[in-house]
Amino acid sequence: MIANQLPRSLADNPRLDAWIGFDRPGQVRISTGKVELGQGVLTAIAQIAAEELDVAPTRLRLVSGEAGEGPNEGYTAGSYSVENSGGALRIVCAEVRALFLERTAVLLDCAAEELDVDDGAFRRDGRPTGFDYWRLAGDIDLSREATGGASPKPVAAYRLVGRSLPRTDLPEKIGGGAFIHDMRMPDLLHARVLRQAWRGAVLGALDERALHRAARRTIEVVREGSFLALLGDDEASVEAAAAVAREKATWSGGERPPDEVADAGWLMAQPTVERVIAEGEPAEAGEKIEATYSRGFIAHASIGPSCALAHWDGTRLDVWTHSQGVYPLRQSLARALGLDPGAVAVRHRQAAGCYGHNGADDAAFDAALLATRRPGRTVRVQWTRADELTASPFGAPMAVRLRAALGPQGRPADWGIEIWSAPHGQRPGMHGVVNLIGAEALPGAPPRVPPGDVPDANGFGSARNAHAPYDLPAQRIVTHFVAGHPVRTSSLRGLGAFANVFAIESFIDELAEAAGRDPVAYRLSLLADPRARATIEAVAAMAGWSPDAPAGEGTAKGIGFSRYKNKAAYMAAIAEVELDEEVRVTRVWCAVDAGLVINPDGAANQVEGGVVQAASWALKESVRFQDGRAGCVQWDDYPILRFSEVPAVEIRFMDMASEPPLGLGEVAQGPTAAAIGNAVARALGARIRDLPLSRDRIIEALL
Amino acid sequence: MSALAPQMVRFTVNGQGVEVDAAGDVPLLAVLRGELGLTGSRFGCGLEQCGACTVLVDGEPAYACSRPAWSVADRSVATIEAAEHDLVLAALRRAFLDEQAGQCGYCLSGIILSARALLAREPSPDRPAIVAALDRHLCRCGAHNRIVRAVQRAAARLAEEVAP
Ligand code: FES
Ligand code: FES
Repeated sequence: MIANQLPRSLADNPRLDAWIGFDRPGQVRISTGKVELGQGVLTAIAQIAAEELDVAPTRLRLVSGEAGEGPNEGYTAGSYSVENSGGALRIVCAEVRALFLERTAVLLDCAAEELDVDDGAFRRDGRPTGFDYWRLAGDIDLSREATGGASPKPVAAYRLVGRSLPRTDLPEKIGGGAFIHDMRMPDLLHARVLRQAWRGAVLGALDERALHRAARRTIEVVREGSFLALLGDDEASVEAAAAVAREKATWSGGERPPDEVADAGWLMAQPTVERVIAEGEPAEAGEKIEATYSRGFIAHASIGPSCALAHWDGTRLDVWTHSQGVYPLRQSLARALGLDPGAVAVRHRQAAGCYGHNGADDAAFDAALLATRRPGRTVRVQWTRADELTASPFGAPMAVRLRAALGPQGRPADWGIEIWSAPHGQRPGMHGVVNLIGAEALPGAPPRVPPGDVPDANGFGSARNAHAPYDLPAQRIVTHFVAGHPVRTSSLRGLGAFANVFAIESFIDELAEAAGRDPVAYRLSLLADPRARATIEAVAAMAGWSPDAPAGEGTAKGIGFSRYKNKAAYMAAIAEVELDEEVRVTRVWCAVDAGLVINPDGAANQVEGGVVQAASWALKESVRFQDGRAGCVQWDDYPILRFSEVPAVEIRFMDMASEPPLGLGEVAQGPTAAAIGNAVARALGARIRDLPLSRDRIIEALL
Repeated sequence: MSALAPQMVRFTVNGQGVEVDAAGDVPLLAVLRGELGLTGSRFGCGLEQCGACTVLVDGEPAYACSRPAWSVADRSVATIEAAEHDLVLAALRRAFLDEQAGQCGYCLSGIILSARALLAREPSPDRPAIVAALDRHLCRCGAHNRIVRAVQRAAARLAEEVAP
């Protein structure tokens, strides 16, 4: 069946006109359900579409993230965008081009093979025919379904794909107002929302007079259950009142997390849902080695706190959001507010990088709810820095225990991985739940339903990259899923891959050491996949890796490798560190095999950014809890890597243009952390298995 | 509730004289983004900890998020929107695009203004000087290395332009 060959996005949205239209002269509308998050996806998608249509990229008008209008592609997540949306548009545009050429051939009474396309104009034997997409647009009905029948261009014919076209969205972002935060509406009503201290926390009595006094200008207080919002025409007054509300609010009940909630030991002691993903049996003989690794809560920590606008006119709700999934958000908003989804329009507007499920959706709910309470006004909700750091879902804490028995030549004779994890997916609508924190604070909010793990078909959640990429006998994979975790956790770049790759790659180094082997040579001895081998060999050459490099000298290199989701891009990283009481990552070399790279500079930008972010997570980041609350209310409590701490990053893409493109937006997280961890272990002469590799842990290891 | 009496202050923004109500310690950032419609300066934390709101006050980088608007009375404020008339800012902007120095771009306008102040002081800064000048800024996307290269590129281009 042809339908089975279509990328998922196209199978879900088969009509050609969902993706493309020629309604404005000289322009092509390209619609995508994927949204720009600063990852350059719209530029890459434009390159693919312009390539197949043979039009200049400047003719494209990209429509992105309009629930109800463009294709429904779920969430922009998991490094799927180029594969799915790009893959769909490749087929759609090739098919549309073929339809137009067939029609032209009929009109000219020639064979379609005699025709080609030059910037949208159809030529016969290189000469103009007077026909183009726009002239024939009325003749061709694009409301038909894609068949997948036309063949896209061969790679050798590419002129746009594979080139580093500059990002189309950057100029505006380095200028005036390109972000949702900058939208200006005539009848704006500013709002701030008080966040619950923890899930299910009940707000005590609050003296509203104090709020009005602090505002010094007219404000309104909306209180429904434990949902409290301040609204007014003057933003500074609303903020002043909100600051007092935060200070004076008292909380009780709910799922108050204990102070030790961030400890791996606490996580491993919780009731879990156990699942055996792979059954491998332990070997009888051989030296047995076991180690447990962990990471704590990591904040998404967008530089721009979440923001949303909404307007309700009594029958229709308009919402502007920087959500990663406008369709699922629309469903959840409608459900939480008791509206028909058809009455809710949700439009994506750009914001600061989110790196996963941050506060965007929750802010959209705040604005939507308040809009319904103040019909006719456009309500603008702006989260504070503290909200963004503490009320956005956190990246899930994990603990990973590995064991192996060393067989002949130091090869593992068996292999087992056990993973304890909080949930990685609690986006709006997942597991049949609304998942919007504002809705949880309302009176009569339904009791919380413990979420499931991210489905296997989406690349796993806790078990993402749990399968070691090496040729190992009898891999046993077990997850212990802490569904009832009191802290709200959800998708952060890489999901379980970050901790799993860190653990697996650290453990491989530990086995290499036990076997007396060089870590690079040891990995290669366990790998048959030629692409994996080539990637590791490439990075070793780039970094001048030497098996005889001394260890325990305060400086060292370490390696990490993985294939993201075991099916997307490959990456091998080598990190060089210096350490005294603190770790400095001085350089990181990366070799990446992402198949055909649509936009090499854009891809390099993503990988570089991923390396720096992963270094930040690995060296600095973890959230502590005290008195039930996350202790990161400002940047000073949650330091991230700064200019003076950022390593030099060198990236090489493997020449694999003949292979299909592989998602790479999240590929760097695991290998980078692993490379740093392995370098630190060598430089220190002792291994730290819990992230982050903080000053305290280094000092403890030095003692 | 004690109502707020207006407190008008005058200053220049990007070379233009303005008069705004600065009552109640309203932050400069709120005035720029709100009343003056200059949305290029960003709100990031309101705590002088991220640099997203950075503008120049009499040529020096300042956190507009926490600085009361009244404190810039009779001073001159520059924001990213000044790139239209300021050659150095324009060169920086162009260099950032040439290097594709940014992902989400939210941090960039503040960074470019700090770089502008650096280049006024030190037309050919070396890497450590750039890093030191930008260390007050956070970038969550990890665009740091490109940003440093972009500042170097802008400095080199400006040096060429003034060379005989
Ligand atoms: S917004 Fe001013 S320093 Fe962060
Ligand atoms: S480019 Fe996104 S925060 Fe700097």
